Amino acid sequence: MVTKIMNWFDDRLPLTATIERHLTKYPAPINMNIWYLAGVLLVVVLVIQLASGIWLLMNYEPTAEGAFASIQYIMRDVEYGYIIRYMHTTGASAFFALIFLHMFRGMMYGSYQKPRELLWVLGWITYLLLCMLGFTGYVLPWGQMSFWAAQVIMSLFGSIPYIGEDLLTWIRGDYLISGITLNRLFAFHVVLLPLALIAVVFVHILALHEVGSNNPDGVDVKKFKDEDGVPLDTKPFFPYDITHDLYAIGVFLIFFVAIMFFYPDGGGYVIEYVNYEAADNLKTPEHIVPSWYYTPYYAMLRAITFPLFGLTAKFLGFVVMAAGIAIFVALPWLDRSPVKSIKYKGVYSKFFLALFVLSFFVLGYLGSVTSTPLRTLMAQFFTVTYFAYFLLMPIYTKYETCKPVPDRIQLS
Amino acid sequence: MNKLWSTIGAFIFVFAFFNSLNLNAASGAACGNYLSEDGLTKGECDTAYVDASDKASLQRGAQIYMNYCLGCHSLKYARYKKVSEDLEIPLEMFKENLIFGDQKIGDLIQVGMDPKEAKEWFGNTPPDLTLEAGLRGADWVYTYLKSFYLDESRPLGVNNKVYENVGMPHVLAGLQGIPRSICKQMPSFAENGGFKQDPLTGEQLTKEQCGFLEVDPGSGQLSPEEFDIAMLDLTNFLAYMTDPMKIERETIGTYTLLYLFIFTMLSYLLYREFKKDLH
Repeated sequence: MVTKIMNWFDDRLPLTATIERHLTKYPAPINMNIWYLAGVLLVVVLVIQLASGIWLLMNYEPTAEGAFASIQYIMRDVEYGYIIRYMHTTGASAFFALIFLHMFRGMMYGSYQKPRELLWVLGWITYLLLCMLGFTGYVLPWGQMSFWAAQVIMSLFGSIPYIGEDLLTWIRGDYLISGITLNRLFAFHVVLLPLALIAVVFVHILALHEVGSNNPDGVDVKKFKDEDGVPLDTKPFFPYDITHDLYAIGVFLIFFVAIMFFYPDGGGYVIEYVNYEAADNLKTPEHIVPSWYYTPYYAMLRAITFPLFGLTAKFLGFVVMAAGIAIFVALPWLDRSPVKSIKYKGVYSKFFLALFVLSFFVLGYLGSVTSTPLRTLMAQFFTVTYFAYFLLMPIYTKYETCKPVPDRIQLS
Repeated sequence: MNKLWSTIGAFIFVFAFFNSLNLNAASGAACGNYLSEDGLTKGECDTAYVDASDKASLQRGAQIYMNYCLGCHSLKYARYKKVSEDLEIPLEMFKENLIFGDQKIGDLIQVGMDPKEAKEWFGNTPPDLTLEAGLRGADWVYTYLKSFYLDESRPLGVNNKVYENVGMPHVLAGLQGIPRSICKQMPSFAENGGFKQDPLTGEQLTKEQCGFLEVDPGSGQLSPEEFDIAMLDLTNFLAYMTDPMKIERETIGTYTLLYLFIFTMLSYLLYREFKKDLH
């Protein structure tokens, strides 16, 4: 019976072939480690965000007058509304935590190198979309921090020379942040950006299954195949990876649920305390702090304190911040190393990667605290080291000595 | 099996770490010019030991709120009915004693005062307090409530140590009595941490320190200890207001975690079984 139905479909749609290609028979390298879990967990979080988002949408009111109260309505009067909202807020933080791990994995094992350049670029686009989703979503509760974060970020466009002020008014749709701004951000957050995200993630996975997964050794598993054309050092996704992933999802959900139910504010990191107050355009909060996942870039923005070449410090800060996010996309063309994985790269690569991670964390900290002259100096220093990882890469990857890469995966 | 144990270990570690943070305190703004009773710290809030499961305390807090605070401060995101259910106050009793005017049991908790007039009277519209404990932290609220003192230079005759020059009158003076900011002789400390003594007589040396709060004895209905408890009840009520689902949330959370532990355990066993094929 089942076979009959499947046959009926297969005559009209490549159903079995697609399932085999992308799920059951997808060959995954045997030495994938814990870093390779971030990808599947990102898909889980994407589903969580889409589902909880739809339910939030059923009760949220996208107006400047009603938004804040409607959130409290969800938290108090809607049955289990608080669970849905906390799921969405915790999910937002989890999304960024995981995508950072996912990107770091790629950087560590050289997963952006040929033939995976396009895969990396697509992944970078999802990161970009996520940043926009995070920002637009943050404004929707219309609390004090929502309003002032929108004010700070949008005002950056106003710093662009010549066209800035007009562009800013065009983006806001008003002469100040208002309900009109809220409505357009709402439209982006619930329609345009999720649609784009789903589409890009879909293509990202298609591209992955075209070129195959990289692995911690950076060995090309397709060099050696058995008589059926299946690479030797791989295992089929079903049942080996799926059971592994299921276990990982269980562990991940334990952490997720613990935060969601027991520490939904996350100590002020998941939900900022200032946002307990409704937006008030006459009252600026003492410290405007972005969500933790933007703090490294916020630190970069504040690190530029001097005008240069007739451009304002604010505009230069904006450019540096945007460059900090954008530069990831150039990685496949900056890396001149003959080997992929950090395991076989030379000492300079290891040093600069470590420096990059350190810079990212220090900038993240600096972006979450008030600035002092010493902290600004530190932010400037670590902004330079952050970019050094990327900009010096063509040099240090070319001239360092790498270890020889084995032909096949070595399992210890 | 090692992987499983390290997972459980990691989980316990993270749980303990989060538990060790006093999240309520972390949220609080610093407490202005508030001087601790021993005179050693300034600007640090007293700790409010709020307990969402202490229904009696919440009921007393609600009683104080409805009688003393609701004249000016709304709780406009919350409904009477939910408060009566959560605090286990019988509906009839709640209606008779805690709802004033013609508001219905299903209504949001609003004030009758016109916000424009209020602004004229106090210089600012009294804020809604539904989320105040979340915004400033329970410790801040608790300390603020205890920190009013007589100050003739202010239009309403009172000031507050935590929130300097606040526009709010000392509404609870009837309960607390008349608090004054006074100076006291406090022991001075030597560099080694001990008390400073006069080298000749061996007597303890003291120095004058100002900013302590003292209530005129017998001027209020409650003793200072009783007043502290009443303010803790009120703080507890406001903390409940910010996070009314805490108890339900943590109960559901516990069951969800239990379910996930079993799920993860089973999925681990399944994973282990398939892993055997590979090596």
